[in-house]
Amino acid sequence: MLKVSKSPWLLHYDGSSCNGCDIEVLACLTPLYDVERFGIINTGNPKHADIFLITGGINKQNESVVKQIYSQMPNPKVVVAVGICACNGGVFKDCYNIMGGVDKVIPVDIYVPGCAARPESIMDGVVKAIALLDEKRKSVGKEAAE
Amino acid sequence: MTDGELITITLSDLVPKVLQMKHDGYRLAQICAVRTKEGYELSYSFAKEYDMVNLRLAIGEDDEVTSISDIYEPAFLYENEMVDLFGVKIKLISLDYQGKLYRIAKETPFK
Amino acid sequence: MSTRSVVPFGPQHPVLPEPIHLDLVLEDEKVVEAVPSIGFIHRGLESLVGKKDFNDYTYIAERICGICSFMHGMSYCEAVEHIMNIEIPERAKYLRTIWCELSRLHSHLLWLGLLADGFGFESLFMQSWRLRENILDMVEASTGGRLISSVNKIGGQLKDVPNDMIRGFVAKLKDMEKDIREMTDTFLNDYTVNSRLRGVGILTKQQALDLGAVGPFMRASGIALDTRKRGYAAYSNIELEPITSDIGDCYARTYVRIQEIFQSIDIIRQAAEKIPDGEVAVPVKGFPSGEYFMRVEQPRGEAIYYVKANGTKFLDRFRVRTPTFANLPGMLETLKGCQLADVPMMILTIDPCISCTER
Repeated sequence: MLKVSKSPWLLHYDGSSCNGCDIEVLACLTPLYDVERFGIINTGNPKHADIFLITGGINKQNESVVKQIYSQMPNPKVVVAVGICACNGGVFKDCYNIMGGVDKVIPVDIYVPGCAARPESIMDGVVKAIALLDEKRKSVGKEAAE
Repeated sequence: MTDGELITITLSDLVPKVLQMKHDGYRLAQICAVRTKEGYELSYSFAKEYDMVNLRLAIGEDDEVTSISDIYEPAFLYENEMVDLFGVKIKLISLDYQGKLYRIAKETPFK
Repeated sequence: MSTRSVVPFGPQHPVLPEPIHLDLVLEDEKVVEAVPSIGFIHRGLESLVGKKDFNDYTYIAERICGICSFMHGMSYCEAVEHIMNIEIPERAKYLRTIWCELSRLHSHLLWLGLLADGFGFESLFMQSWRLRENILDMVEASTGGRLISSVNKIGGQLKDVPNDMIRGFVAKLKDMEKDIREMTDTFLNDYTVNSRLRGVGILTKQQALDLGAVGPFMRASGIALDTRKRGYAAYSNIELEPITSDIGDCYARTYVRIQEIFQSIDIIRQAAEKIPDGEVAVPVKGFPSGEYFMRVEQPRGEAIYYVKANGTKFLDRFRVRTPTFANLPGMLETLKGCQLADVPMMILTIDPCISCTER
């Protein structure tokens, strides 16, 4: 990656993760990894966010919360599933209260594997999301022009 | 083999025994249920300093247990948990969530 | 005249890294009652004992929570070892002690950061997480994982750690002590930080007993209990005294956890001096039969594991009562009468771990 075209803001929601991936997402913000040097800011407001980071699998109760947050985010937006649980349910796949990965309820663009996903791979996912965001922005512009 | 004492009690003994525990200065450590063939096995654990005493109560599926949440306030969380996950019938819980503490898709999954 | 209103708090909220929902009943700005509802991250992992055999379940137990991952795995293993009457090698016991304390160190530093973030002191958050990375480096060097270490097994440990590396940890921690003290002094002495913490959210000794509080939350109210004194792993050979404070406010809870950071460093030093050479695991044959209540002291307080086995490879029941579950009634008590703006402080100072609570 040579340059970052925009400074995306990200929103983090913990689906039903064991905390491991959440803590690693937060660790990305802190001095050793420091994603803020790319202009990335962790925001609490869905309407401010470009990238939606979700950790953990989806269950009946947070299904509506995830859908709600997703629908409130403005286009273009990218969804990043962080950790194996968010990708497909992981070790908890067989639990009675887990429906599976995030892609069961909203479209996922980028999958970050790992248990817990390492900060390096989370950042890699976010950087890929920036590239995808550029592409999506083009098509959003076209739709508006037509 | 368990950690600490294990006392088997009957349904009618529960409240007097728990009152005795409270009187003796024990704090509530935990309450949990186990599904058995006949019904449930409830364990009430109490701790004083580092010692633990467990009250073991075996009940049938339809037996109704009296809540101890008016004796030990934190019991309401454990009791609601047993109602939600196991379907144990408990009456007189101080804060009764009516099966809504864990809002899960499958009702009483451990039953 | 004051107006009564109900404010929903969570599940997605800027100060909460994890989802919990509270209905706060307010009279103007003052909280009069708080009603929690949980289940956002309930997975139902206790039911997996019917699908995974008792050896494999270690990996599920390690994923109850990503912060105390090591301790969850270890306590599950110790509970099964008690049922099966397995005596693990001395070296494994000491390794468990060292890893437990490294977990506590990173957990407390993490919490200090979240607290700083909660009261809006961004640079202090960054400082404590910067220091925490050093601890994670040690965990990674010795286990291979940053958070989920997966070095536990029934009958001992999967990995050994060279003695040189352990001595290296002790030296590194000694160096870090100065940095940690400089950072924690800000929590304890800074005027503005103190104004957010002192006299806020008081829990008296009697309330802590009645409401079944555990861990630093309880010790900050003047009850000197620390489950490590019961001597699981190698703690029976380690000198430690429970750290207490008798004030019971948010400041006291911060003080207790900060002192525990230095206590953990001391415990690792003691363990490094005493650790014997030898094997780190014994072979395990047969299936467990019986039941056991295992109690351990996690960074957030006492956790109780109940394992019931029936002589087959699948357990009858596994249950964990985590510290946050026990601390919820106490937290609800401290919320009563506080200002709405202080609610995050009350929630943060019990060091909540929701994924443990809901399992």
